[in-house]
Amino acid sequence: MEISGAKIFVESLKAEGVDTIFGYPGGAVLFLYDELDKAAGEIDHILARHEQGAVHAAEGYAKATNKVGVAIVTSGPGATNAVTGIADAFLDSVPLVVFTGQVPRALIGNDAFQEVDIIGITRPCVKHNFLVKNIEDLAPTIKKAFYIAGSGRPGPIVVDIPKDITDGKEKIEFVYPETVDIRSYNPSIKGNPKQIKLAATALLESKTPILYTGGGVVLSGGASELTELARLLNFPVTNTLMGLGGFPASAPQFVGMLGMHGTYEANMAMHKSDLVVAIGSRFDDRVTGNIEKFCPNAKIIHVDIDPASISKNVKVDIPIVGDVKQVLTDLVAELKRRDEKPDQEALAEWWAQINDWRKTDCLRYEQGTEVITAQYVIDKYWQLTNGDAYVCSDVGQHQMWAAQYYKFDEPLRWINSGGLGTMGFGLPAAMGVQLAHPDAEVACITGDGSIQMCIQELATCTQYQLPINIISLNNGYLGMVRQWQEFFYQKRYSMSYMESLPDFVKLAEAYGHIGIQIKDPADVEGALKQAIDDKERLYFLDFITNPEENVYPMIPAGAGQNEMILV
Amino acid sequence: MTMRHVISVLMENESGALSRVVGLFSARGYNIESLSVAPTDDESLSRLTLVTRGSEQIIEQILKQLNKLIEVVKVTDLSDFQHVEREMMLIKLEAKQAESVTMIKQIADVFRGKIIDLSHKTFTIEISGKSEKLDAFIDAMSEQTIIEVVRSGCIGIARGSVALKV
Repeated sequence: MEISGAKIFVESLKAEGVDTIFGYPGGAVLFLYDELDKAAGEIDHILARHEQGAVHAAEGYAKATNKVGVAIVTSGPGATNAVTGIADAFLDSVPLVVFTGQVPRALIGNDAFQEVDIIGITRPCVKHNFLVKNIEDLAPTIKKAFYIAGSGRPGPIVVDIPKDITDGKEKIEFVYPETVDIRSYNPSIKGNPKQIKLAATALLESKTPILYTGGGVVLSGGASELTELARLLNFPVTNTLMGLGGFPASAPQFVGMLGMHGTYEANMAMHKSDLVVAIGSRFDDRVTGNIEKFCPNAKIIHVDIDPASISKNVKVDIPIVGDVKQVLTDLVAELKRRDEKPDQEALAEWWAQINDWRKTDCLRYEQGTEVITAQYVIDKYWQLTNGDAYVCSDVGQHQMWAAQYYKFDEPLRWINSGGLGTMGFGLPAAMGVQLAHPDAEVACITGDGSIQMCIQELATCTQYQLPINIISLNNGYLGMVRQWQEFFYQKRYSMSYMESLPDFVKLAEAYGHIGIQIKDPADVEGALKQAIDDKERLYFLDFITNPEENVYPMIPAGAGQNEMILV
Repeated sequence: MTMRHVISVLMENESGALSRVVGLFSARGYNIESLSVAPTDDESLSRLTLVTRGSEQIIEQILKQLNKLIEVVKVTDLSDFQHVEREMMLIKLEAKQAESVTMIKQIADVFRGKIIDLSHKTFTIEISGKSEKLDAFIDAMSEQTIIEVVRSGCIGIARGSVALKV
């Protein structure tokens, strides 16, 4: 039977197994929405309140499931509003397909109503994008989009569909391609066996090794392989911000997060290491600090599926291009085959040294009786949820505290905007996570600045009855900006003070949720418990916290990893 | 150390592919000295030759980033091979004096240039060779009035049996 472009769109989504799509309608996508409505039940469309929210929600859905997230927006402003989410997904390697409506083909290039060149606008922040030029290309393009988004180093794909392709005037037979072959795109999955042997030898010869692992472990589903490797060798493991949960925080080998706000022991171990094993991590500037002073004595092994990540910032001695899970499986097999152990005496000394650094207890904090400290709130939330919640975060101080004090034992539980650092990410991402895991405990850890950047999504949460717990650490400041101004701009707090904050309790209530303001440290636990126990309602917990609290430890910009400010 | 590299790219002959390559260079701050692109004998492919300068590390990144573009099928740094480079130039000159006419013809002969158009006072010369030869020709003509210079940008091919093919 011959069907319209709009119907082809919906049938293609079904063929991809898409069950949830986030979006916002508009003129150029009306035919698509007409068909989506008929597909309700098979494909649930979630109506966000802003296109940025729709894309972040799709990201949250993808990050908590490792499936491809899907969003749909209209042309022009709908598409430009989606760009922040698309760029966010690009920097954090989130598999995403974003459909944008486009004006009819005859009007393209005419400055038509709600026309923008979204292909041109998004070109530098997508893995790839497509303008569908005729109805025959629609299904094959969608097939390619899903394939490219989810394979290799994942990333966002934009598919721009002109309205007249969907209008039903032209109909064709629908055939969804079973396979896809792109001659110029063949990601390497298996690591080169020679390189894996070299890496195994380096591991066995090392005296002061460290595994420095990132988001690639989580994305590849290689967390258990990493755990096996670390236990087999008894090597210390540090995670990047994106890598948290890729290795159990409760494991004895875990030395915490590294980088600008990482632990003292993680950064010192990196600095003193003779072998840094980077696994699915990318030597980001927030990790390396001053690149000249980075790991001065270390040989470097780098496992990554993206060859362009290797030797980009730091020269690598043993590169292994491949899927992290696959490479780790092969590496563990190689080590078991050799049946050798690294120098146990040297390793014991290395652990003694690390344990000595651990004594600094760099994450200690004190909770007095007067003012709530932010760290205490996160710590309590971690205890009360047994470390098993899905924690979405916005961007700023609260994000760093969440990363430091919520100890993730499982992958896919920590959902934050690491690369782009997008304020406003947390709440819509939490919606996507809650929809993917309806019965799970999902939190949005945020601040009084970030939450206001996508606050409109509280209405989406009402519509779909999402029982998210918003844990807002309200210090009346843009805390991270204020902290930098305190340290590096002689306390000139230019525009970092959030005057005229709304009454968040009333605001939550206005949207149909429960709002509670908590000022007394003694009430923290009770409020958190109430929110966790209520599986039906969204709670907006407005914690009034110490306004001038800083995130410690900290490596100031330009300093080396061994030059941390501890308190 | 910064070196000159001639990079050859085979890419899908599709609209948008070129802008991805050019966009990559501007977004990542790589320099382009010259760029030349046209379809090949295989109509589905375009071949792009790009001259750039950079340290070894930058060139490695350029090659990797080019390879990462979905529409890029193959990439080679021709500078890694024995290779031939050519550039074509069309140059329009005006003789300053009547006696310069002979001189222009003689210089054009020396450089194996061809006079392809003539008018009352102007000559249009076609000349091809390595980029430095074209520079030298412009220098040699500096006594005349140069009205217009059009250069194709460098193209290159490896010597022997080495080939950039699908």
